[in-house]
Amino acid sequence: MEAPIRAREALGFILFSLLFSICRSSSLNHLLISNAERRIDLSSHIVKVYLTLKVENAGSTPTSEVFLSFPPTQVDHLATVEALVTKGKRKKTTLVRLDVKPTELPDAPNDAKYFAIYLENPLKSGESTTLEVLYLLTHSQEPFPAEIAQSESQLVYYRDSALILSPYHIKQQTTFIKTPSTKVESFTRVEPSNRAGTEIKYGPYEDHPPYSFSPILIHFENNSPFAVVEELVREVEISHWGNLQVTEQYTLVHAGARHKGVFSRVDFQSRPTLNGASSLRYLLARLPPRVHSVYYRDEIGNISSSHLRTDSRKSELEIEPRYPLFGGWKATFVIGYGLPLQDFLFETSDDRRYLNFTFGCPLLETVVDKLTIKVVLPEGSKDPSAVVPFPVEQHLETKYSYLDVVGRTVVVMEKKNLVPTHNSHFQVYYTFKPIFMLAEPLMLASAFFLFFVACVAYLHIDLSIRK
Amino acid sequence: MSNSYTSDILKPFKLKTKQQELLIRVSILCLVYILAFITRLFSVLRYESMIHEFDPYFNYRTTLYLTQHGFYDFWNWFDYESWYPLGRIVGGTLYPGLMVTAALIYRLLHFLRFAVHIREVCVLTAPFFASNTTLVAYFFGKEIWDSGAGLVAAILIAVCPGYISRSVAGSYDNEGVAIFALLFTFYLFVKAVNTGSLAWGLASAFGYFYMVSAWGGYVFIINLIPLYVLVLLITGRYSMRLYVAYNCLYILGMLLAMQIRFVGFQHVQSGEHMAAMGVFFLMQVFYFLDWVKHMLSDTKLFQEFLRITVTCAVAVGGIALGVGMASGYISPWTGRFYSLLDPTYAKDHIPIIASVSEHQPTAWSSFMFDFHILLFLFPAGLYFCFKRLSDATIFIVMYGLTSMYFAGVMVRLILVATPAVCLISAIAVSATVKNLTVLLRSKTKVAQIGSTKGTSSAKASSKASLDQSQPFQKNGAMALLFGAFYLLSRYATHCTWVTSEAYSSPSIVLAARGAHGNRVIFDDYREAYFWLRQNTPLDAKVMSWWDYGYQITAMGNRTVIVDNNTWNNTHIATVGRAMSSYEDEAYEIIRSLDVDYVLVVFGGVTGYSSDDINKFLWMVRIGGGVFPVIKEPDYLVNGEYRVDKGAAPKMLNCLMYKLSYYRFGEMMTEYGKPPGYDRARGVEIGNKDIKLEHLEEAFTTSNWIVRIYKVKPPNNRW
Repeated sequence: MEAPIRAREALGFILFSLLFSICRSSSLNHLLISNAERRIDLSSHIVKVYLTLKVENAGSTPTSEVFLSFPPTQVDHLATVEALVTKGKRKKTTLVRLDVKPTELPDAPNDAKYFAIYLENPLKSGESTTLEVLYLLTHSQEPFPAEIAQSESQLVYYRDSALILSPYHIKQQTTFIKTPSTKVESFTRVEPSNRAGTEIKYGPYEDHPPYSFSPILIHFENNSPFAVVEELVREVEISHWGNLQVTEQYTLVHAGARHKGVFSRVDFQSRPTLNGASSLRYLLARLPPRVHSVYYRDEIGNISSSHLRTDSRKSELEIEPRYPLFGGWKATFVIGYGLPLQDFLFETSDDRRYLNFTFGCPLLETVVDKLTIKVVLPEGSKDPSAVVPFPVEQHLETKYSYLDVVGRTVVVMEKKNLVPTHNSHFQVYYTFKPIFMLAEPLMLASAFFLFFVACVAYLHIDLSIRK
Repeated sequence: MSNSYTSDILKPFKLKTKQQELLIRVSILCLVYILAFITRLFSVLRYESMIHEFDPYFNYRTTLYLTQHGFYDFWNWFDYESWYPLGRIVGGTLYPGLMVTAALIYRLLHFLRFAVHIREVCVLTAPFFASNTTLVAYFFGKEIWDSGAGLVAAILIAVCPGYISRSVAGSYDNEGVAIFALLFTFYLFVKAVNTGSLAWGLASAFGYFYMVSAWGGYVFIINLIPLYVLVLLITGRYSMRLYVAYNCLYILGMLLAMQIRFVGFQHVQSGEHMAAMGVFFLMQVFYFLDWVKHMLSDTKLFQEFLRITVTCAVAVGGIALGVGMASGYISPWTGRFYSLLDPTYAKDHIPIIASVSEHQPTAWSSFMFDFHILLFLFPAGLYFCFKRLSDATIFIVMYGLTSMYFAGVMVRLILVATPAVCLISAIAVSATVKNLTVLLRSKTKVAQIGSTKGTSSAKASSKASLDQSQPFQKNGAMALLFGAFYLLSRYATHCTWVTSEAYSSPSIVLAARGAHGNRVIFDDYREAYFWLRQNTPLDAKVMSWWDYGYQITAMGNRTVIVDNNTWNNTHIATVGRAMSSYEDEAYEIIRSLDVDYVLVVFGGVTGYSSDDINKFLWMVRIGGGVFPVIKEPDYLVNGEYRVDKGAAPKMLNCLMYKLSYYRFGEMMTEYGKPPGYDRARGVEIGNKDIKLEHLEEAFTTSNWIVRIYKVKPPNNRW
């Protein structure tokens, strides 16, 4: 076990450099955190961190911004940050969502990145409040060993700090880390720390200055398949004849420890729990209710191993890739389905229409590295605009489908690094005159009419030269 | 009152008899057109819209290339993905007719803003052309007999299993369009002979060009038409019409055919095309003699002249042919051509042709299966043709007889015979039914003279006034008519049954009935090919028996060593040798071919019988044909092929056996049978302890049908 030690040394170096480069920003020093509790859930490949912060204003001026800081390595893998505040007295507490935005601070040590939480009411001098912060990290568990054989189980590293990285002084803090199983190969000890069952506890630690950092490394077994969609293109096509057609193109990869050597079907079939424990056998997609004409196929044809269960509230599509996915194996496929339009298309008071649809990936427990949503508006629609609850890249395209003359406007939205919590709704507004609906049937009818006229004319006209 | 009022309104719409006939004819043709299309869609409904079998995957891949890269790139395409390390000049070694047709349809649809996928176009090309063939059959039947025979021919060919076998949706093969082209060329030629019109001759030349671009079976046309002309010359039916038609077809058709790179100069250089050339010169001699006869009044002098000219012509032709053959300018007949004339030739000389199941001589049962009642109607039709001999009927008789012979030689050539059989049977049906109805109607007419005009009473009175001199004639006719319709309806049900049961399986996806009557799908081929496509390096080379080459390149997108094109026998024999050697010897060959993966097809778990173990003897034979170290008797025990404990030691340790049965000995396949029980052959395997030294299992599909092995790098020496 040489490598973990080296990693620990490297992280220790980071700690020192961080400690040395402490520079207190004057705008920050009047806040302090009296109590912090952090729970890190490592049971799947998406790391969920729940942070409970009790923030106190020790300064003299009221403030409405609380900063969270993250080391740069974590920011790249940060999928989402949410903050909630508890409101009301003891019995009637409600949680209120707060705005969180990435910000920059002028003198950030070691490229630490910041997120600002905007409080509803400024925190007056001497007051305190409790914030609940949830953030998700993707690609943060590194398989070690990086290559495993079929019968081996998957071990991963998780790196973090025993102390919460914060621009504020923290009086007391505790960190709980939940591992998927009791099998933990090793973990860094930062006293007081201990392990019980599937939980590792760090702390409580008292009185740590801002930007304290103490790297830890946990080496544990995680056999949950690391389902990562490298690229997902969702195309939502609106037809005002009553159908919403969704086509989703997936590039799925198992991002866990790479498969090494033999794949034996005998072992895989006869002892499934011991062999290929971390393999990805099936996926569950949660689709909207009243879904119809579902298909699941890839470049070379239909994939027959899928099951659809529908009820009035949701539809579940269980799909199996053509072959079980071992670490590093890939599969591409397409899922398509139709939905009744009235469930998703609405009209505003000013005669505009809008589509209300979910943004993220319908597969459960998957990370999407890059998502592109294309909303294909009907031919003849104008002034498209999209409203998305988080920042995305947007542009317009034109697509030609059946019987299109001028082409359809496509609103394209792109976002990187998505987790299932991004499955919130977005809206696309546009104007559309219903008369355009008749364009294509009329075109077809006139084409047939002309054809018949031509036939009649041909039968009645004598074209021969001779008489 | 109201009745007369409506009839007044309908009066302008009332049709004359001729118009009614036209209306009925057009609507029957439309229905047949649609029927021919939809009866071929069983496979799409049962499975999915997919390409079938082996060769169609190559055609699909090339069509995809054509639509993506354009015609010139397609024409100049050098394919690195097949026949590694040789490669294949695709543009120069295929008949582009099918791909160009599909690409044109695709372009047209996109021009009309139908955003269809090229796969759908390819899947539906064959049914579309089958529909067109019914129209051609109608016109052809009309040309040689009458429009009634044409209609019957259209109906018969629309559902005939012999044709459906190669034209169901998804069977995207050359034959799909070629049968249309073949029949169309024949129709245009017969039309040209009948009319003597240069326009029809020109049209037939273009039809021939399309046929040449679509299928190697064009050789049949270029030999049948000269034969037909020769027969006409011998029977004294030489005419100016024939002269115009044949010369136009031959000269223009030949020039056009030379534009196809794969055919090139074969029309003037290959032995198979020499008959056409000989007849062409003979025609000129005939024309010259005709002219001389016209000029010379003395018959005795003419006889003398005739004798000298004919001897000279034959001598010159013979010398030219001899010199051409001797100097190598004219290539001798190819093995495939020989095997057509002599059914036993391939078995002795070209195992690679004999190994293909569709090249086997036809069994009687498959004639019955593919033709059903047409088999009995065919001789009857021939009788009618001889009864009314004309240039056109002579043609159809010759087409029917020659193609029937070829259909007997090779199973796949039933396809070529089908249009002729349908047309001749249609003549039989049409002529019989016509005679019978004429008989019935003449009676009615006789009866009508004495009776009133009321139609209902006419029938009754006609029955009453039966002609006493010919008792039961009418009843007999009725009975025969009913019998004919009964037979035809049996034919229709048989065709539908055959289509749905036998000819609509894509053979990529296998379906079976489960224990509870449910449908079980074995999608192992695509599972393996998709695994190759996604999880192997882009430049990986896959070695497998040649049957799977096209599928691996098309679906797996990986380089293969050999494929279904079978142009290089030695290369295939090398693969056959590798498969039938011991592992370390095979490893040498595998290394020399730079192979990364070896793929075998194995049906022991599912009972799938057309797997590599059952094809293995052909690998041994083809390998042994080039490399005499491989000897067939080494793999047999007393001339018997077996895989159980009593198998030959070489068999039990050759690469194919090892790869197929690796770790199969641990597997329980059937309840109550020992582990390692091979369900495809119904025996317990003889070698359960298989160790692989130079290869390792890389992937096995869920039902074990496809097994892929990775070739290990050589061991370090120290």
